[in-house]
Amino acid sequence: MSTTEVPRIITSRFDHEDSHTLARYEATGGYQALRKAIGMAPAAVFDEVKAASLLGRGGAGFPAGVKWGLAPAEVWPRYLVVNGDESEPGTYKDRLLMERDPHQLIEGVLLACYAIGCGQAFLYVRGEMALAQEHIAAALNDAYAAGYVGRNILGTDFSVDVVLTWGAGAYIVGEETALIESLEGNRGMPRLKPPFFPAAKGLYMQPTIVNNVETLSNLPWIISNGGEAFAALGAETSRGTRMFAVSGHVKTPGVFEVEYGVTTFRDLIFSPQYGGGIRNDNAIKAFIPGGASAPWFFEEHLDLPLEKVTVDRAGSMLGSGAIVVMDETTDAVKACLRVVRFFARESCGKCTPCREGTTWLEKILQRILDGYGRPSDLALLMDVCDNISPGIAWPPKQTTICPLGPSAVSPIASAMERFRSEFDARITQAEQTRISVPVAFPKAVTHA
Amino acid sequence: MARLTAENTELALEIIARYPRPKSALIPLLHLAQEQDGHVTDAAMSQIAELVGVSAAEVLGTASFYEMFKFEPVGRYMVNICTNISCQLMGGEELLEHAESTLGIRPGQTTEDGLFTLEDVECIAACTEAPCLQVNYRYFHKISNPQFDQLVADLRSGARNDIPPHGTLAKVRQRIPADRRAGVVTPEDTAHPVWLASSQEAQS
Amino acid sequence: MPESEAPAVDGVVVEINGHEVVARKGELLIDAAERAGTYIPRFCYHERMKPVGMCRMCLVEVDTGRGPALQPSCMIECTPGMKVETESEITKKAQDGVLEFLLLNHPLDCPVCDKGGECPLQDQTMAFGPGESRMVEEKRHKEKPIPISDLVLLDRERCILCDRCTRFAKDVAGDPLIHFIHRGNNTEINTFPDEPFASYFSGNTVQICPVGALTASTYRFKARPWDLDTTESTCQGCSVGCRISIDSSRDQVQRYSGVDIDPVNWGWLCDKGRFSSEAVAAEGRLSEPLLRTAAGLTPARWSDALAAAAKALSAASSSAIAFIGGARLTNEDAYAWAKLAKGVLGTDNVDAQLADGLPAEAALGLPRTTIDELCAPGGTVLLLGPDPKEELPVLFLRLRHAVENDRVTLLEISPRSTGITSLAKASLQPRPGETGDLLRALTASVDADRDIAGVPADRVNAVRALLAAANGPIKVVLGRASLSESVAVTLDAATVLLEARPDTVFLPALRRANIHGALDMGLAPGMLPGRVTLESARDWFAECWPTVPAQRGLDTVGILEAAAAGRIDVLVLLGADPLADVPDADLASRGLAGARTVISVDTLLNSSSAQADIVLAAAGFAEKAGTTTNLEGRVSSLSQRVTPPGTARPDWVLATELASRLGTDLGFTSHVDVLAEIGSIAPAHLGLTAELVASSPSGVLVPGELPAPIVDEEEAAIGDEVSAAADAVDVEVADGASEVETDGGEQAEPIDPELLAELDQAEGAAAQPALVAFSAAPAVVSPPVDSYSFRLVATRKLYDQGTIVQSGNHLAGLAPGTSVRVSPYDFDRLGVEAGGTVSVRSPRTMMMMPIHADAGVARGTAAVVVNQSDHQVSNLVNITDLVTELRIETTK
Ligand SMILES: Cc1cc2nc3c(=O)[nH]c(=O)nc-3n(C[C@H](O)[C@H](O)[C@H](O)COP(=O)(O)O)c2cc1C
Ligand code: SF4
Ligand code: FES
Repeated sequence: MSTTEVPRIITSRFDHEDSHTLARYEATGGYQALRKAIGMAPAAVFDEVKAASLLGRGGAGFPAGVKWGLAPAEVWPRYLVVNGDESEPGTYKDRLLMERDPHQLIEGVLLACYAIGCGQAFLYVRGEMALAQEHIAAALNDAYAAGYVGRNILGTDFSVDVVLTWGAGAYIVGEETALIESLEGNRGMPRLKPPFFPAAKGLYMQPTIVNNVETLSNLPWIISNGGEAFAALGAETSRGTRMFAVSGHVKTPGVFEVEYGVTTFRDLIFSPQYGGGIRNDNAIKAFIPGGASAPWFFEEHLDLPLEKVTVDRAGSMLGSGAIVVMDETTDAVKACLRVVRFFARESCGKCTPCREGTTWLEKILQRILDGYGRPSDLALLMDVCDNISPGIAWPPKQTTICPLGPSAVSPIASAMERFRSEFDARITQAEQTRISVPVAFPKAVTHA
Repeated sequence: MARLTAENTELALEIIARYPRPKSALIPLLHLAQEQDGHVTDAAMSQIAELVGVSAAEVLGTASFYEMFKFEPVGRYMVNICTNISCQLMGGEELLEHAESTLGIRPGQTTEDGLFTLEDVECIAACTEAPCLQVNYRYFHKISNPQFDQLVADLRSGARNDIPPHGTLAKVRQRIPADRRAGVVTPEDTAHPVWLASSQEAQS
Repeated sequence: MPESEAPAVDGVVVEINGHEVVARKGELLIDAAERAGTYIPRFCYHERMKPVGMCRMCLVEVDTGRGPALQPSCMIECTPGMKVETESEITKKAQDGVLEFLLLNHPLDCPVCDKGGECPLQDQTMAFGPGESRMVEEKRHKEKPIPISDLVLLDRERCILCDRCTRFAKDVAGDPLIHFIHRGNNTEINTFPDEPFASYFSGNTVQICPVGALTASTYRFKARPWDLDTTESTCQGCSVGCRISIDSSRDQVQRYSGVDIDPVNWGWLCDKGRFSSEAVAAEGRLSEPLLRTAAGLTPARWSDALAAAAKALSAASSSAIAFIGGARLTNEDAYAWAKLAKGVLGTDNVDAQLADGLPAEAALGLPRTTIDELCAPGGTVLLLGPDPKEELPVLFLRLRHAVENDRVTLLEISPRSTGITSLAKASLQPRPGETGDLLRALTASVDADRDIAGVPADRVNAVRALLAAANGPIKVVLGRASLSESVAVTLDAATVLLEARPDTVFLPALRRANIHGALDMGLAPGMLPGRVTLESARDWFAECWPTVPAQRGLDTVGILEAAAAGRIDVLVLLGADPLADVPDADLASRGLAGARTVISVDTLLNSSSAQADIVLAAAGFAEKAGTTTNLEGRVSSLSQRVTPPGTARPDWVLATELASRLGTDLGFTSHVDVLAEIGSIAPAHLGLTAELVASSPSGVLVPGELPAPIVDEEEAAIGDEVSAAADAVDVEVADGASEVETDGGEQAEPIDPELLAELDQAEGAAAQPALVAFSAAPAVVSPPVDSYSFRLVATRKLYDQGTIVQSGNHLAGLAPGTSVRVSPYDFDRLGVEAGGTVSVRSPRTMMMMPIHADAGVARGTAAVVVNQSDHQVSNLVNITDLVTELRIETTK
C-alpha cells in the first residue's frame, strides 16, 4: 500500500481548529472549484464527475456520474437531496465532514446542482447531530452573504437555494426514498423501487438526485484537479480515496481517509497509523466490513483490498465504510442480538416480514441469551430469516420493500455459520437448568 | 397547552416559505415546538396542522414516527447512551447500567427533580469514540464511569451550563436573506434552468 | 367496460403459470391474474385505491428477462413477455411466511369477532396457514376496542396495518383523521386525541378492513355471517342510488354493504346510507292503519281506513284533491299513485317535490349527463347547486376522484362554500338572488368592469376566462344551492348557460332518494309518466287511463296555498312531511290546517302525518320490491329482504285498493305488472322490463340503455331525420322521441325541440309524445341590497331531523343543531361572542339562535341549516319572495 503520496482529498482541513469557517475555507482554496465550474459548461462539469468514476459513499456504491445521468432528459424541475442522515451502526464520517468542513460539502452541492440543473437543494442532516446542523447553518449563512449560494451565484445566472433541514431520529430515513418521504413531511417509509426510483420520480414525484455527504464532498477536489486525477487513485471500480471508521476492539480506533481499492482490511485494522492492532493483542474473532447491515468477515478476509467488487464477491460489502472489529472475547450471540435488535427497533413497519419478522428474531435471540432457548429455535431462526430474505444469500433477496429487513438476517447468518457452537451451548445450558420450569418464557414487552 | 409564541409562529411561516410544499416544513416545525416547550404539545401539533394545511392526525402520524419527538414532558437534560455494536463492544451497556444507578432511573424515565431523562439509544455516529453518549444531542466521547458521574454532578450544580435545555438543537439557524434568496422551485416550475440554457448558448 | 371483457387491442401478453394471458395496457398483475382466473392473495391491495405494496402477501415470482424475482403483484404493471409463477415453491413459501408473520400478534378471538366467517385473514389461514403458531412469546396487547367515532370502533390488536382505512380516509374521502402512529412493530392506527374520525364516509373503512379491527357500532355482535341472508338492492339514502347488499337474519335487517358498480358508487357508501339500516325496524314503525277519533289517531282495520279514504276522495271534486310527496317510493308505487290521482281521480294537483327542488320540466327536460360523463378525464364541471358532500355524498366522492386523479376542472358557484370548495379551481359566492347576473357576466363576450353579485370583478373575469378556455361542454350539477332563494334564480342561471353554450349538459341534483323516479312517473303538475307533459301526452294516455286531467294542476306551494285558503278537500301525503321539508314552514302548517281531510301514507308518524285524519301504514325500504331511478335516470332494482311490520303494505297495493273502492281496477296484481305497464306506456321508458332490470346490476339508464324498439317504417323515417338533425351526436331514437346522450362528453348538440314537435304533429292524434324539453326561463331581477340586512342562505346537512337519520340509534345524535353563521367580518362588526345567542328576524318571524363566524360565508349573507331542531328555521322564509332578508341583533 502506498500511504505517503496519496493526497487527503476530503479531510485536508481536518487538522485546523477553524476548519469549519469560511475564512479558513477560502484560505485553503475553497470555492475555487465553483469559480472554475461556472466558467465551464454544466455538461463539462458533469463529464469530469463521470471521468472520476466516483462511487457513491452512502452504502450502495453506485457511480455518481451514472446516477446523475438517470434523470430523464428535459423533465424539470429537478432536485438535489443531500443524505446526511448517517445512522448505520459503526459509521462515522459524514458527521465529521459536516462538522469540520461544511463549506466543502456546500461547494460540492453547488457543483452538483450546476452540472445537473437542480432548481433547489435540500441538505438533510441527521436529527441527533446538533453541532453539524449548527456548523452547516453558519456556513450557509456566510456563503449566502458572500454570494456563493442563492440568487445569481458569483454574479452569474446560476441561482439555487440550499435549504438545511434535519431529521428527528429514524435510521430508515437514511434510505433514499424514505428520506424523500421525510422531506415531504411524511413518515419515513420507503417507496417501492421500481417505480419510485428517485432519479425519475423522487421529491414531489420530480427527478431527484440523492447523494451522500461524503460523495458530494469529493466534488470540489475533482473539479479543481480533474476527474482523471481522481480516477488515477484506487483500483478496479473503486477510485479516489475513502473514509473508513475503524471501531471496536482495536488499539487506536479512528476515522481514516485512505486510498480506495488498494488498502486492505489488514492495513486498516493492524497498521500502526490506523487501527494499531487488536486490543491486548488478542486474536481477531470477526469484523463487520461495511456497517451493521453487512455480513461479517473473519480472519481469512483480512487481506482483501477495500475494493467494492472484490468485497461483494467475497460475500459482504463495504457499505458505509464502517469496520467494526470483534476480538476473541466477544460473545457472538450477544453481538448478534444487538445488531438484530437495532434493525427490529428501526423497522419502519411498512412490510409485514420486516415489521413482524425482525421483532420475532429479536425475541428468539433474547430468549436464547436469557437461558430459555429450545433446540428447535436455531432452525426456527433460520427459517424466519429465510422468510425475510429467501435463500439467505448474498446479495440478499427480499420479501420486503427495502433492504432493512434482510439486513437483520446478515448477523444471524454470519454468527450461525461460524459460531453455531455458541448458540448450541446456550441452549444446552438452558435445557439443563430448565428442568423444573418447563414453560416459563419471559413476558414480552408490551406497548400500550 | 402551549401553542407557538407569536415570534415562533413568524419563524414557522418563514420556514414554511422555504419549501415547495408546506407539508415539507412539518419536521422543522415540530422541532421548533419542541424547542419552545421541551416536548411537543397537542396544541402545538394542532397549530402546526393548520399552518401547513394537513390534519392533526397527519401531524401526529409523522411526529410519532421519529424518536426525538417527545409528547410528554422530559428532563431538562436528555442523556442518551449508545449501546449499539461498537459501543457494546467497548462497554456501552455497562455504562448504561452505571448511569441507571447514578441517576436512580431506568431508560425512558426522568429523575424526580426533572433534570435528567435517560435513554438507551442506537448508534449515534461516534463509534470510534466508544463508549459514548449525548446530552441534549451534544457528544461526550469515551466516557468512563467517574467521568459520567462528574458530568451529572456538573450539570446538577450548574458548573456546566453550556448545554441548552432539551429541544434546542443547532443554536445557529439558517437565515436566507431576501436579497440573496433564489426562491423555492415547486414541481409546477417546469422551466429549463436558465444557467443550463445560457451556457449552452454560450457553447454553440 | 365490464371487468370480464379483455380488449383485443392494446393488450399485453403475459404468461401466468404457463398460460398466456392478455392484460390491458398498464394493468396491474394482480388484476390481470384475477381476470384470468388466478386469484393472488392480498390484504393491502384494494382495486379502488392506489396500491402501496406493503402487506407483501401478493408476492409472486416475476421474470421480466433477468431471472425470476419475488415481486408484489399489486404494484407491478404487466409488461410484454413477463413470466409469472403464482404457485411455485418460492412463491408459496414467501406467502406462507407473510401469513405467519401477520398471525404472530393477531389475537385468536375469531369466535367473538364480527369479521369471523367473512375474514380474509381467517380464510387465508384456513386455506393455507400454519396449524399452530411457532411463536411462543406473548402477543402484543392493546386495549380492546376503542371508539374512534360515534359509528366505528377500533381494535388495534386485530389490525394488520394494511393501510386500507387510512388510505381511504385520506385519498378517497379526503378526511385524513385516522393515521399510522408510532413506528415499526409499535405502529398502530389511531386518531389525534379528541379529534374523532368524524367522516361522512367512515363506514367504508369497516367494510374494507380485511380483518375485524374496524367494526361498526350498529352491527357489533349482531349476527354471524353464516346466519345472514343477502340480497342486492339500491340505497335510498339519497338520489345517487348506490348499489348495496342487504344482510338480514331472523327477518331483521342487520346491515348494508356497498357493492361495486362502475357507473355509480364504486363500492362506497356514505354513513347515512350505510347506517340507515337501523331505520328499517325503527321504533314507532306503523304496523296498521290509524283513524282519527275523539281520542286522537287510533288503530283501525284496513277495510275501515281504506273505506274512509275512498269516501273522502269520492266526495271531493277533482280540483279539490291534492297529492304531495312520493320521493321515497318505488317507481311502481309512484306510477300507481300517479295513475290513481291523474288517471282515476282526474286531479293534476300532484307534486312529489316539497318546494325545494326544480320544476319537473327542468329536472327532466334539460340536456342530461351521467356521473361517468361528468367525471370523465379532462372535463369542466360547474357546481351550481347544493353541497354534494351534504346532500349527495357519493357523488362528492366521484367528483373528488375526478378532480384529484382525472384532471377535471371544478368550478363552483354557490352562495356559501361547500364541502367541495377546497377542490374547486375557483369558487364564487354570489349574493343570494343574483346568480343569474353572475352567469350573464361569466358568459359575456367582454370582461366585467365592476363587481357582480357581490363578487369582485377580477374573480369574475378569472372564471370567465376558465369557462371560455374549457374544451368540451360545461357539465353542470344543477340544483338548489339555497332553499331560501327562489327556484327562479336557478332556472335563470341554467337558461343563461344554455343560451351561451348550447352544448351544456346537466346532472339534476335533487336529493331525495327516488325523486327522479317520482317525476319520471308523473308525480308533478303538468306531467305524465315517461317524461312527457300533460299537454303533449294527454291523448297518448287517454287510451289506457280512464281520465286524464283537463288542465295543469298546482305544485306543492300552490296546493298548500289553496289548502290554506280552504280550497282543498282531501290532501294526500305520500311519505311526505311538509312541516319539516317545505322551506316555508309557516305555509306548510297553514296548508295542513286548512285541508279538510288529510290522508297520510307513511311508515312512521312524522310531524305532518301526526296531524292526519287517516294514516295508511306503508311498507318501507327492504320490505318491498320494485325499481328506483337515480339522478342520472338510472333504473335499478330494489329488493325485499324482510317482511313489513304488521299489516303494512306497499304503496302500489294501497293505490290499487283505493282505486277499486272508487270503482276502478288499476290492473295490477304485482309490482312486476306495474313495471310492465310503465315499460309499455311511459314514452321515455318504452322497452323497460323487469328482466332487463334484473339482469343489469348497474341499472338501466333510461332511455339511453333501453333496447331499440321495433319501429314501423314510417316512424323509422322520422328517426332517420332526427339522427340527421343531430348529426355527430349519439342519439337514441325511441319511436320518434329522442334523448341526447353525449359521447365521451364531446361536442354534443341538443336537438331542436321544435323539430321534434313538428315531427309529432305529423304523426296524428295518438302519436307518441315527445319528451319534455326545457324552456328558457325569464331573467330574474333581484331586489336592491339593504346594507343593514343579511341575505339568508338556507342549506342542508347530511344529518338532520329527517326520518332516516332520526330512526337510527347511532345516527340520530349526529345532527349538528341550529345556528346562524356569518362571515368573520360581519361577526366582528356585530360584536358578539362565538356561540353567543342572537335574535334573527325576517319579515315572517323572529327566532333566537347561536351565532358563529365562518370564513365560508360571504359578507352580507347569513347561513343557516334547515331541519335541525324543533324550531324550524324555515319559518323565517316566505317562499314566494325571491330572497329572504334577515336582521341579526345581539341580545343583551
Ligand atoms: C436501510 C438503509 C439505510 C441507509 N442509510 C443511509 C445513510 O444513513 N446515509 C447515506 O448516505 N445513505 C444511506 N443509505 C443509502 C441511500 O439509500 C442511498 O443509496 C445513498 O444516500 C445514495 O448516495 P450515494 O449514491 O452518494 O451513495 C441507506 C440505505 C438503506 C437501504
Ligand atoms: S423492509 Fe422494513 S424498513 Fe424497509 S420498507 Fe419494509 S418495513 Fe420498512
Ligand atoms: S396486496 Fe400487494 S403487497 Fe399487499
